[in-house]
Amino acid sequence: MTSGHFIDRLQTGLWQENPGLVQLLGLCPLLAVTSTFINGLGLGVATLLVLTCSNVLVSATRRWILAEIRVPIYVLIIASLVTCTELIFKAWFPALDRSLGIFIPLIVTNCAIVARAELFASRNGIVASFFDGLGMGTGFALLLMAIGFFRELVGKGSLFADFHMLFGGEPLAGLVLVDGGWLLAILPPGAFFSLALAVALKNHLDRKRDAARKT
Amino acid sequence: MEFERHEAPHMVPTANVARMMQQVLLALVPAAVAHIWFFGPGLVFNLLVATAACVGGEALMMRLRGRPAVGALSDYSALVTAALLAFALPSLTPWWVTATGALFGIVVAKHLYGGIGFNIFNPAMAGYVVVLVAFPMHLNLWVAPRMGDIDYQFLTILQTLTYTVTGSLPDALTYDDISRATPLDAMKSGLNDLRTTVEIRSLPIMGDFGGVGWEWIGNFIAIGGFWLMVRKVIRWHIPLGVGAGLLIPAGIMWLLSPGTEPSPGFHMFSGAALLCAFFIATDPVSAAASPKGRLVYGAGIGFLIYAIRTWGANVDGVAFAVLIMNMAVPAIDRITRPRIVGHSKDAGTL
Repeated sequence: MTSGHFIDRLQTGLWQENPGLVQLLGLCPLLAVTSTFINGLGLGVATLLVLTCSNVLVSATRRWILAEIRVPIYVLIIASLVTCTELIFKAWFPALDRSLGIFIPLIVTNCAIVARAELFASRNGIVASFFDGLGMGTGFALLLMAIGFFRELVGKGSLFADFHMLFGGEPLAGLVLVDGGWLLAILPPGAFFSLALAVALKNHLDRKRDAARKT
Repeated sequence: MEFERHEAPHMVPTANVARMMQQVLLALVPAAVAHIWFFGPGLVFNLLVATAACVGGEALMMRLRGRPAVGALSDYSALVTAALLAFALPSLTPWWVTATGALFGIVVAKHLYGGIGFNIFNPAMAGYVVVLVAFPMHLNLWVAPRMGDIDYQFLTILQTLTYTVTGSLPDALTYDDISRATPLDAMKSGLNDLRTTVEIRSLPIMGDFGGVGWEWIGNFIAIGGFWLMVRKVIRWHIPLGVGAGLLIPAGIMWLLSPGTEPSPGFHMFSGAALLCAFFIATDPVSAAASPKGRLVYGAGIGFLIYAIRTWGANVDGVAFAVLIMNMAVPAIDRITRPRIVGHSKDAGTL
C-alpha cells in the first residue's frame, strides 16, 4: 500500500464514511454523553484508542480466527481493550471517569468498532487496518466533540467547562458566555436534534460540492 | 351547430385550505374574548409574537425551499398554528418562549417534514412541548382569573407588555401575588395531600365544573367547535372520540371512588381538553383519515389525557397525548382502512 492509500483511509473515516454521520453507528454513546465538550472529548479519545487497537489486533490474528466464531472473538478482543482503557481512565482521569460512568465499559457494545473489525480489519493488512481505525476513530471523536460543543453552548451557555477533568489542575468553569441556556439542548431530545442537524449539514455540504464539481 | 362545452368538474368546490383556516380562526374569537376578560391582555401579546414568528418562519422556510412564500402564507395555516400555540401558553409568557415554540413548530415540525399536508406532528403542539421541556419555569406561571375575590391582583396592559418583552414583573409585585395554581394543579396537589375532591372543589378558584374563568372559556370553545361542525369544517368523529376517551374512564373511576377521583365534568372543563377536542386534535393533516380511524384516534387522545392527568407527572397531558397519537396515525390508518365497494373484506384492501 502506498501512502496515498493511507490518506484515503483517513479521509474515508473522517468524512465519506464517518461512523456517526454516515453509517449512524454507535449512536447510544454519541447521544448519551455529548452534553458537554469535555465528555465528548473523553469518550471520543477512549473510543479512538479501542478502535485503533482492536483493528490492529483483529487484522494481525485474522488468519487464525475461524469464520464461524469470529464475532465472539472480536468481542473478546474489544472487551479486553476496553477493560484496559477503563483502568487507564480510572487511574489518571477519575473525575472524567465518574462523569462518563457506564459509557466507558459500554464501548464494548459500540457497533462501530465491531463493524470495522468485521468489514475492514478482517480482510486487510495490519497497517491499512491501523489507518482505518485511526480515521474512523478520529471521525467519531470529532463528531462527539462537535455535538458536545454545540449542546454545551446552547444548553448551558458555556464553552469548555470542566477542562480539569482531562488535563488536571484547578477546577475550571470554562468560558461562560451566558448564565443558563436553552435547557432542551442538554436533555436527550437535544442530542437527537443536534445529530440530525449535523447529518443535514454534512449532506448539504456534500451536495454543494457535487454540484460545484459538475459545472 | 357548435355548442359551448364545459370540462368537468362542473361544480367547483368552495372549500379550500384558506377558507377552512379562516373559519377556524373565526371560531376561536369568542373564546379569545373570554380569555382576555378572565386572564388579562396577555393573550393578545402572545398572539402577536406567535403570529410574527410563525409567518416569519414560514416565509423563511419557503424561501429556503425555493418556493413562492405568498402561496403558503395566504392559506392561513400558520396563523392557526400561532393561535393554538398562543391559547396553549400561559397568558404571561416572555416573547422568546413564545417565539421559540412558534418557530420550532413551523420550521421543524412543519417544513422539515415537507410543509402543509406532510407534517406528521401537529405543529402547534410540537412547539408547545418544546417550550414546556425547555422553559418549565415560564410555562407554570398562570395568573389568577378574574373571580372577584379580595386579594385579586392583576397586571395592567402596560405591565403585561413589559413582562412579555423583558420577562420581569413590576417591582411591587411578586409571582405569588399574581399567580395561582390552576384547577388541575390544585386538584393534583390536593389529592397528593390526601384531601378529598369535595374539599378541593370548595377552593375559591373552583367553579361549577372546572375552575372559575376556565370553564367559561371552555364553553366558548365548545360553541366555536359546534359552529365549525355546522359549517362542516370539522366532523364529529374526533371530538366525540376525545370526549368518550376522556369521560368514560373518568366517569367509571369517579363512580367507583368519588372522594379521590375528580368528576368527568371537571376533566372536561379543565385544562385544554375542550380546545383539544374541537381545535387541536381535529387538525386534518396529522389526524387519521377514515371516520372509524378518527374515532379511534380521538379516543386514544382522550384516554391518554386522562392517563397523564391521573398517573403522570404533568398536570395536563393534551400536547403529549396529541403527539403520541400522531405517531400512531399510520397504524390506525392501516387497521381501519375502509372496504372498497364491491370487494370482500379481505381481498379489497389496496
